Amino acid sequence: MTAQIAAFLTVDGVTTGSIYVLIALGFVLIFAVTRVIFVPFGDIAAFTALTLSALQTKHLPGTVGLVAALAALATLLEVIRLARARRPGQIPRALLFYLVLPLIPAAAVWATAGMTLPLPVTIILALALILPIAPLLDRVVFRPIADGTVLLLLTVSVALHFALVGLGLLFFGPEGVRTEPMSDYMVMVAGVPVSGQTLMIMAAAVIFSGLLFLFFEFTITGKSLHATAVNRTGARLMGIRPERAGTIAYLLGSLLAGISGILISPVNTIFYDSGFLIGLKAFVGAIIGGLVSFPVTAIGALFVGILESFAAFQNSAFKEVIVFGVLIPVLMWRSYTFAHSEEDIDE
Amino acid sequence: MALLEIDNLTVSYGKAEAVRGVSLNVETGRIVTVIGPNGAGKTSLLTAAMGLLRAGGTLRFDGEDISQLETEKRIEMGLCLVPEKRELFADMSVYDNLLLGGFIGRHDRARVRSDMDAVFDRFPRLAERRTQKAGTLSGGERQMLALGRALMGRPRLLMLDEPSLGLAPLIIREIFHIISSLRETGVSILLVEQNARAALETADFGYVMETGEIGHSGPAEGLIHDPRLIATYLGAGH
Ligand SMILES: Nc1ncnc2c1ncn2[C@@H]1O[C@H](COP(=O)(O)OP(=O)(O)OP(=O)(O)O)[C@@H](O)[C@H]1O
Ligand SMILES: [Mg+2]
Repeated sequence: MTAQIAAFLTVDGVTTGSIYVLIALGFVLIFAVTRVIFVPFGDIAAFTALTLSALQTKHLPGTVGLVAALAALATLLEVIRLARARRPGQIPRALLFYLVLPLIPAAAVWATAGMTLPLPVTIILALALILPIAPLLDRVVFRPIADGTVLLLLTVSVALHFALVGLGLLFFGPEGVRTEPMSDYMVMVAGVPVSGQTLMIMAAAVIFSGLLFLFFEFTITGKSLHATAVNRTGARLMGIRPERAGTIAYLLGSLLAGISGILISPVNTIFYDSGFLIGLKAFVGAIIGGLVSFPVTAIGALFVGILESFAAFQNSAFKEVIVFGVLIPVLMWRSYTFAHSEEDIDE
Repeated sequence: MALLEIDNLTVSYGKAEAVRGVSLNVETGRIVTVIGPNGAGKTSLLTAAMGLLRAGGTLRFDGEDISQLETEKRIEMGLCLVPEKRELFADMSVYDNLLLGGFIGRHDRARVRSDMDAVFDRFPRLAERRTQKAGTLSGGERQMLALGRALMGRPRLLMLDEPSLGLAPLIIREIFHIISSLRETGVSILLVEQNARAALETADFGYVMETGEIGHSGPAEGLIHDPRLIATYLGAGH
């Protein structure tokens, strides 16, 4: 392997890794706040790409129906809960958050379907439509079992993933899509061609990691999410609602996943079931970070991307085998370090 | 009128009843203590009052029935619990812990800032350690942080679950001194303690709880000299 090829593979790996970084940060964020390993996270990324493609080819994306159905279901559950608890005064608020807000992007997409829209508008519409899905799934699926074990939550999460893949096939069909490139800029770095798309992907990973850091470090909302993650009871006693913290975590995570879906779809063909592998590789990164550390997660996700790129060059048939083969020793190492750090946590 | 009225409160874990028909009042501006041995149901009582545990009976706060309200609503009304386990945010700084204590008043930055200054005035040790992680504080400092964090929410009723637990005698004196000094801020206090003597010396009124029920009650002054209590809870030495 020449230095030139190594440089090329590294750029390629960092690009893919940056996508994993965005999704992996979302995994950690959601797990920390809700204890849910949100397996369908890769599907959220894929659905964003597929929704964007549908908008660009002037079809009505099936995700509109999904959002509408989930919003209706979540609203129903919430109204029943409030009625049972004899708190009818809170119903208007529930209608606003569970019905009106999610239906706004759905209605916008529905109304503009078939129109020729500028690229940035389609991107914003696709993102806005995807954002409510995970928080609504949280309300409908996870909140009723919020006190369950991590294993129960994970099992349900896996089931949810399969349900979403099935819906994906129904909504988008079996064909893969590629969305319009966002720029045709190209620059040579150390003899390696780097596209504008690649630069955008790397920039997005850096910017959103930075924003996430600032959010946790400097905003009271960010700190309240962190507090919920480290001590749920303590957070509740301060008046922080864990459900609300969870919703914010799902929204932020979905934004990260959605952006990665939009950035990847001009360079990789996305199928209805592409989310799983993307999500799984990002998850390896999150596991390297122990599902708690954001910086280690980002490094881990980049590592997975680079590993994948070199593995594909050495032997493309065994690319996935090599990547996931690495997961096993990493998991063993992490579970070993966990067993030791947990003893310190209990006072 | 009493600020908090607990009427016939019951708490069960499965079939076992931990609290059986407890009624007690906390008058505005008073320090009321509930003393009793391990397993008497004191923690269960406070946890239920906070709405973190399902309970039977009625709770009234400032005359309003709060029995059906969720925890967050009770906190917004002015109830506050400093739990037995403190529940600090261990990997966050002292400053951040206090900031989160003011979560319900977060939209008023001036209020948070002045409350923070007041807490640092009251607990100079916390001021020195504002950037230190809560998990690395000593036991006494942790209890001070738990108290300071609670005060950041401007509670009207502060419920303290064994604030002296696990602390050295000298620090216990300091903590009880601070609790007495909170009286001047107008906050009412429901103090749960095993350290009966210190609690009764600090409080205005006392209840004695045993196996889920209130046995005696009366002005703290009287309970300290009650021969039945001296034998069981207060020890012979005076
Ligand atoms: N989560 C629980 N599940 C089952 N039983 C419980 C639970 N929590 C408390 N109990 C039981 O309820 C009874 C009262 O416990 P509680 O913690 O309220 O007592 P306490 O007066 O606070 O005791 P201590 O002074 O030791 O803190 C005890 O018998 C205890 O074993
Ligand atoms: Mg107790």
